[in-house]
Amino acid sequence: MRHLMSPLDFTTEELDKLFNLAASIEQNPSKYAHACDGKILATCFYEPSTRTRLSFESAMTKLGGRVIGFSDAASSSAAKGESVSDTIRIISCYADICAMRHPKEGAPMVAAEKSLIPVINAGDGGHQHPTQTLTDLMTIRSLQGRLGNFTVGLCGDLKFGRTVHSLIHALIRYPGIRFLFISPEELRVPDYITDMLKEKNIPYEEVIRLENVMPELDLLYMTRVQKERFFNEEDYVRLKDFYVLNTEKLELAKQDMIILHPLPRVNEISVEVDNDPRAAYFKQAQYGVYVRMALILTLLNIEV
Amino acid sequence: MLNVGKIEEGFVLDHIKAGKSLDIYDHLQLDKLDCTVAIIKNARSEKMGKKDILKVECDLDLLDLDVLAFIDHNITVNVIKSGEIVAKRELTLPKQIKNVIKCRNPRCITSIEQELPHVFILADEEREIYRCKYCEEKYTPTTK
Repeated sequence: MRHLMSPLDFTTEELDKLFNLAASIEQNPSKYAHACDGKILATCFYEPSTRTRLSFESAMTKLGGRVIGFSDAASSSAAKGESVSDTIRIISCYADICAMRHPKEGAPMVAAEKSLIPVINAGDGGHQHPTQTLTDLMTIRSLQGRLGNFTVGLCGDLKFGRTVHSLIHALIRYPGIRFLFISPEELRVPDYITDMLKEKNIPYEEVIRLENVMPELDLLYMTRVQKERFFNEEDYVRLKDFYVLNTEKLELAKQDMIILHPLPRVNEISVEVDNDPRAAYFKQAQYGVYVRMALILTLLNIEV
Repeated sequence: MLNVGKIEEGFVLDHIKAGKSLDIYDHLQLDKLDCTVAIIKNARSEKMGKKDILKVECDLDLLDLDVLAFIDHNITVNVIKSGEIVAKRELTLPKQIKNVIKCRNPRCITSIEQELPHVFILADEEREIYRCKYCEEKYTPTTK
């Protein structure tokens, strides 16, 4: 029995297979509409989430399965002090597969150790969010037709963003990747990541202004720069506009570049950019459902 | 020069960093063993200047060498039988250690889950980096 704890749990060959299945679902959804008839997904969400939980629920529903679960810890037995290990033993009796989000890092792994059913990590604190990374990879692959030979710009808060770190780890397994890290000094990627890139001879540059590197990018991954991450207000005021993507900056970009964002967006991408064909962040949400459908089928060993 | 008598069967842990013998005493839980232990602090050493030595008279199976290797794999372990050194054991960093150190990340599941062991995995042998199995937080030693 397999679980999904980290995006690196799957080899690139296994990911290819998963993405091919997701693409097949996208092209022919009716073929898969009853693939999970009689199966139950438990969504155990110990903290609120809108997109991830609904995406899982939509995925299972589209496969013909049913969904049970809870959407915050207060309405679960955790409020009575039940451990994750005990909860998953019980859930294993009710469902065939479980997607778990928990504020404590490593909680889904504890569940996986005791579970009788496959467990999917749907986000554990600031640690991992593997289905977001699979969604990012699926989107890139679908829109660019490949997962290698890119100049990838990652922009905004590169220090604290778990989606950014996961995506870097996932992308370096493909050939020809070059990174441009666009962030203020305070929010640069952690040293352990740049050390790893140096060790693997993967080219990268760290820059402050988005405009300076925009023409080079094949892919731009935007994240939010939060005011509370800065040491002083002056720096925030001075730098915040550098990390807002608008149509003016987008004029410098390649015509086939794509813009991704893990969402929710606040103001780091102007609404005017939404109509640009390069804006892929809403399509990402759609790919997120396909990739979760493919993941559920894969972990349940269901072949259609 | 202080003289401490020979032991008949057990271990002599030599080349302990000066001042660290009590940490090792604690980690090896020698207080729980009913055996003779000699702690020698700040002994003169050609190699180290000063060093600590622990002499433990106990059954040869009672000492957890993985724990010792985690604390300091440069320690020399002399195995004593019938009052003589019969072997010197090389220490290598263990791949995994359980319930020796605790994860200090307050966001880690180990901080709330009942009776969950604290497991650390050797993530980088060259740099001697251990990470929590659950949250992958790097262990930063304070007393090591």
